[in-house]
Amino acid sequence: MQEAPYAIEMVNVTKRFPGIIANDHVTLQLKKGEIHALLGENGAGKSTLMSVLFGLYQAEEGIIKKDGVEVKINNPNDANALGIGMVHQHFKLVECFSVLDNIILGDEDTKHGFLQRTQAREKVMALSEKYGLRVNPDAMIEDISVGMQQRTEILKMLYRDNEILIFDEPTAVLTPQEIEELLQIMRNLAAEGKSILFISHKLNEIMSVADRCTVLRKGKYIGTVSIADTNKAELSRMMVGRDVEFAVQKGEAHPAEVVLDVKDLTVPSKVHRNNAVKNVSFQVHAGEIVCIAGIDGNGQSELVYGISGLESVSGGTVTMCGQDITNAPIRRRSVLGMSHIPEDRHKHGLVLDYTLEDNMILQRYFEPEFTNKLGFLRRKNIRSYAERLIDQYDVRSGQGPVTVARSMSGGNQQKAIIAREIDKNPQLLIAVQPTRGLDVGAIEYIHRQIVAQRDAGKAVLLVSLELDEVMTVSDRILVMYEGEIVGELDPKKTTVEELGLYMAGAKKEAKGQ
Amino acid sequence: MTLLIQYTLIFASVLMLVALGGCFAERSGVINIGLEGIMVIGALGGALVLKFLPASVGAPVMVLATVVVSALFGLIFSLLLAVAAINFKADQTITGTAMNMLATAAATVAVKAMNTAASGGNDVSSDIAYTHTKDLLLVRIGGFEFNWFMVVAVLCLIAAYVALYKTRFGLRLRACGEHPQAADSVGINVYKMRYAGVLISGLLGGLGGIVYITAGVSVWKFENGVAGFGFLALAVMIFGAWHPLKIALAALLFGFCRALGNVYSGFGFLLAMNIPSVVYNMLPYIISLIVLAFTSKKSRAPKAEGIPYDKGSR
Repeated sequence: MQEAPYAIEMVNVTKRFPGIIANDHVTLQLKKGEIHALLGENGAGKSTLMSVLFGLYQAEEGIIKKDGVEVKINNPNDANALGIGMVHQHFKLVECFSVLDNIILGDEDTKHGFLQRTQAREKVMALSEKYGLRVNPDAMIEDISVGMQQRTEILKMLYRDNEILIFDEPTAVLTPQEIEELLQIMRNLAAEGKSILFISHKLNEIMSVADRCTVLRKGKYIGTVSIADTNKAELSRMMVGRDVEFAVQKGEAHPAEVVLDVKDLTVPSKVHRNNAVKNVSFQVHAGEIVCIAGIDGNGQSELVYGISGLESVSGGTVTMCGQDITNAPIRRRSVLGMSHIPEDRHKHGLVLDYTLEDNMILQRYFEPEFTNKLGFLRRKNIRSYAERLIDQYDVRSGQGPVTVARSMSGGNQQKAIIAREIDKNPQLLIAVQPTRGLDVGAIEYIHRQIVAQRDAGKAVLLVSLELDEVMTVSDRILVMYEGEIVGELDPKKTTVEELGLYMAGAKKEAKGQ
Repeated sequence: MTLLIQYTLIFASVLMLVALGGCFAERSGVINIGLEGIMVIGALGGALVLKFLPASVGAPVMVLATVVVSALFGLIFSLLLAVAAINFKADQTITGTAMNMLATAAATVAVKAMNTAASGGNDVSSDIAYTHTKDLLLVRIGGFEFNWFMVVAVLCLIAAYVALYKTRFGLRLRACGEHPQAADSVGINVYKMRYAGVLISGLLGGLGGIVYITAGVSVWKFENGVAGFGFLALAVMIFGAWHPLKIALAALLFGFCRALGNVYSGFGFLLAMNIPSVVYNMLPYIISLIVLAFTSKKSRAPKAEGIPYDKGSR
């Protein structure tokens, strides 16, 4: 062997599913002690490749080598035995167990049949200190932050002495501070000789932390590049296959009449005793994009729940197109022309076990087009409607209209929701973190759709945690801090730094309506 | 007064055993509505031992044989639930309900056939009498009738607590009831653990059955099943928040209410109130309704219970 030994090597791996080649002769070589990014759009085959490595799927062709020796990985236990560990995108943690119990689960030390928690705790604390992974071993998972849950997952791998660590889109669920902390942890791990596979489509993070990057596109191996010799534009071109616009192309906004008028809105919190939204007032006009910015958990979610009717409000009024909808049922809001792209697409956006076509008519099934006079669904019309939306909005799925929503990739689930909400031809479009967890291609697409809605004279209320998105997409920024609107900014005149000060609560505008 | 304590303890033992059984099944992720039926079958097994094993074998052998056979009967019967719910991913509530209907009917048919054959057709009842051997189960300390099964119940309680919270088995079992995908991802065989949970519930449920039919009486009519005690035990389990020690306390409360129905006539002031006896007999069931109405919202069931585990689904 001439090259430096690879910790793990996947050579010419091909994995086919009925009707699709998920991995087409993909090669991935992970050096010892490096952070290797795996980049690709949704559906590019990253997850499939990792599932092959983790033993969840068997590849039809190709081999896997560890330290230069060919190995067979038939199930996750084989992977574990080879020292391969994975932080799944959706954590595999038992919520009512302590951090410690979650770490030792499946790999417990026992003496006379009894668990040896004391020794385990010492080992966990030692690892925690060594790699800077702050956790409270006795806290229940349900009580701790997402960041600490993730650190628990990392400790789970380290506890098992895994040498090869796979991180499956680890930053999707984290706040900016937690992301920075995680990237530092990854650097520490690599410095200690662990080999890391980092699955992501966030170019900034890859540029900041990775040593090398392998790019997949539509199941094909595009190439492996050294991060030092590349840049964001090149990576995104490799990933998408064309040049990507990072800046959103949009013209001047022409605000017209008021569509949404929120006055003194107060929404109670489900988590604590205080109100999550306190006396918030603002207006959204036709033909403008108003963005609610803020750090996660400052009342943005509850504000949208109040406006969209997902939760009842305790004070104030919501008026849409001149009609008071403060206590109106959700169907009435929808019929009046409110569209809502929800924050949690699994919980509020889709019925995951329904087919795509049934999901497409969730708010419209009762219309004469879809239900006949006897109350039976008009399946034919539903099918053709769904086919049109799928075509028009480029929603990709295995079986078209009859695909079960659960089986679709996140990006295409989101596209399906956007198709449904925009095609209703709304007066008001509420979009909450519409690009969360999506790749650059999909983000670009969604931003264009939102701007197109504005240009068509719709009012758009955007809630976003991404500063880039806030600055580039919106026409007007409202900053929320601790349930109040603390500032109104013009994205053309403000800076990210100033916005950050408002978001952190360091700056406040005394505002009289 | 001693009688009240005695009955409270014996009924509490029954409820605790069966509720602990339910606890093991549900902690592993399988709802066991079939406890009622498991009790009947366990009771049948135990009653047969008491009827046919001669009293001359002595108390220790008799107690042991009864315990082992009734537990074994319960365990075998619970295999129905395990196979249907775990292998075939059947609806657990319906399977359990079917088991309840099956158990009483099967026990009645079997005992009737046995009685008919033995008596040449004169006796077609579904009764099993064990008058001659029942005394072996008891130890009298003064006026207090102490029952060996109470010891068994306490041992089971301790064993259940230790197993669930101090051993590897318990940690894995609980993980399977909360987040089977997580358990699977660290190499735990969810199907095996759920089998273990259901079989343990069958074992304890069968044991509870024999304790129930030997409490106070020495003939059992199998047509009657176990009078809803299996369901009462489910209420105890929920009230006890799926935790062995809390289940023990809940069992004492419910056992006390049930005992009151048996012995209220011994208390002058209760008799003086002139409440019909049916009210006392209804007491545990009414209490269970009230208690569950107020506490079941707070009490948290294992998250994944009732959902068949499928390796493939995300």
